[in-house]
Amino acid sequence: MIEVNRQGEVWVYAEQEDGSLHDVALELCGKARDLADRLNVKVGAVLAGHGVRGLSERLIAQGADRVYVVDHPRLAHYQTSPYARVLTTLIEKHKPQIVIYGATALGRDLAPRVASAMRAGMTADCTDLEISDVTDPRAKTVHEKLLLQIRPAFGGNIIATIVNYDQWPQMATVREGVMPLKPPDPSRSGQVIDEHVEIDDTLLAIKLIRRHLEPRKVNLKGARVIVAGGGGVGSKENFRLIHELAGAIGGAVGASRAAVDSGFIGKEHQIGQTGTTVRPALYIAAGISGAVQHRAGMEESAKIIAINTDPAAPIFSVAHYGIVGDLKKVIPMMIKALKQRR
Amino acid sequence: MPYDSIVCVKQVPDTANITAEAMKEDGTVNRAALPAIFNPEDLRALETALQVRDQHGGTVTAISMGPPKAGEVLRECLYRGADRAILLTDRRAAASDTLATSYILAQAVQTIGRYDFVFCGRQAIDGDTAQVGPQMAEKLGIPQITYLEELVSLHDGVVQIRRNIGHGWEVVEARLPVLVTVIESANRPRPPAAKRVMRFKKARVEAEIAADVQREHPDGTDADRQAEVQRRAAAMKQAGLLMEQWSLDDIHADLSRCGLAGSPTKVFRVQAIVLTKQGYTEIPPTEEGIQRLIHELVVDRTLG
Repeated sequence: MIEVNRQGEVWVYAEQEDGSLHDVALELCGKARDLADRLNVKVGAVLAGHGVRGLSERLIAQGADRVYVVDHPRLAHYQTSPYARVLTTLIEKHKPQIVIYGATALGRDLAPRVASAMRAGMTADCTDLEISDVTDPRAKTVHEKLLLQIRPAFGGNIIATIVNYDQWPQMATVREGVMPLKPPDPSRSGQVIDEHVEIDDTLLAIKLIRRHLEPRKVNLKGARVIVAGGGGVGSKENFRLIHELAGAIGGAVGASRAAVDSGFIGKEHQIGQTGTTVRPALYIAAGISGAVQHRAGMEESAKIIAINTDPAAPIFSVAHYGIVGDLKKVIPMMIKALKQRR
Repeated sequence: MPYDSIVCVKQVPDTANITAEAMKEDGTVNRAALPAIFNPEDLRALETALQVRDQHGGTVTAISMGPPKAGEVLRECLYRGADRAILLTDRRAAASDTLATSYILAQAVQTIGRYDFVFCGRQAIDGDTAQVGPQMAEKLGIPQITYLEELVSLHDGVVQIRRNIGHGWEVVEARLPVLVTVIESANRPRPPAAKRVMRFKKARVEAEIAADVQREHPDGTDADRQAEVQRRAAAMKQAGLLMEQWSLDDIHADLSRCGLAGSPTKVFRVQAIVLTKQGYTEIPPTEEGIQRLIHELVVDRTLG
């Protein structure tokens, strides 16, 4: 861990794979910018890999002031130990006060290893971050401008706010899609700083044998409109209605875990705590009861229409428009109304 | 060649199946009403370890950190085939965050001594952090392989594992020892074996015996009760039914790294999510109602 360091920067781990930046890294640059402005410090991005220096510009356009680049042939493919070594070396050298990572499969593999090596705190899967003064309820001391790390816990039934008083840096992973992706500002300028980190053989204990990446076919995060079906759709056949409505409205198809588990549709369509988090302009939830795990992934949508036969379904608690009725009748009516509009 | 595995298991409240009965009138969850279950991914970790032993020989040791009640999940491990079960229970470990928990579990693993694999579930359903496995691996100074979906091969102390990385998979290879975290889709855990249930259903840790004695003899003196606990524990040990119980002293833990003192992250505030009925516009399920809705969405530019 490092000492409390109020001049420390706010850092983002700039996750990249095969030379392209993960969306969450860009989302986090925007959030880090907000946090750093509150603290009156700079935003740093840590960019590790091989042949990745060119990605610095984009990070600067998204809000970074400094990009720390560690370019090494041994970093060509992600593996935990060498990447953790990069982070711990740079954190010890530059002493940032905050470090945030995307809560991706990679980020959740890397971040805890870094935290353990530094004996520092780490909060997983945050859905919001804020800066605030905090009074320690035990010692009654006031800690100025701490990072509030806000996350759902207990299966999404509670929202916990976690703080780290003095075993810094304050570190967290942040879920994908919860921080809005800000438009890049190409006129921003920043520094690109080349860093050297020793990567010895002992860190390369894992050998990559084969890898298979599926193209991210379903662009749920980028969709303006999402039509999602749940267990209440009843069958794979009925699920065609969801596809048809999505087609008529020009939206993407989403699903609750119940629909995925029932085999109505593939897991890549799943929205919720264990799927994708979305915030489209319009979200239509059909036959979705709205368990907290699902609501956690969609409740930030600008407009929500819920269609359900059960007027007591929890989905109505987050809906702007509620239709109590049978989706098999309601959806065809919606498709008809959409066609008439043109 | 035989391989020795250590499996970390946790007893958790069943947060995935919250029923109306578990909700309080104010809309928040009544934790006490939730059944305590074997953390689902830990059960997959146990199954993976048992399969390694079934195919290659060796041993499976289950370890759980928690209150005396967590003896229940250790019995479940014995029912399914674990060779040894250890409960790590100590009031001084309460309020440990993931860093302190991983320190304590890593100390316990080192106390056990020899091992080829440490298997953990990827994450527990009460916290969903997925941090304890990687943090233990760091403390043990061994590689971690997260998100096991399949153990592809195991020869001469070298393992190949297929990891699920969300948008695909990769097969990686490592020389043992390694720490592996296992995801839910990895396997279908075996049910308890009837013979082993018969044999181990009376297995207890000392803390559970103490709770039984307390319940049965509420009026006796502490000394009498303590003597009775010792007597029963000795008899259980004789019968091979006494599960091991370790304290922080038994694993030579540095107390400044345990519990609240050893936890950099502190819970500052907890808000229960309350299901409140906010106002929403009710649309009648009629042609006319739905036309009006679509019209409204066009007018406010939600639909282009």
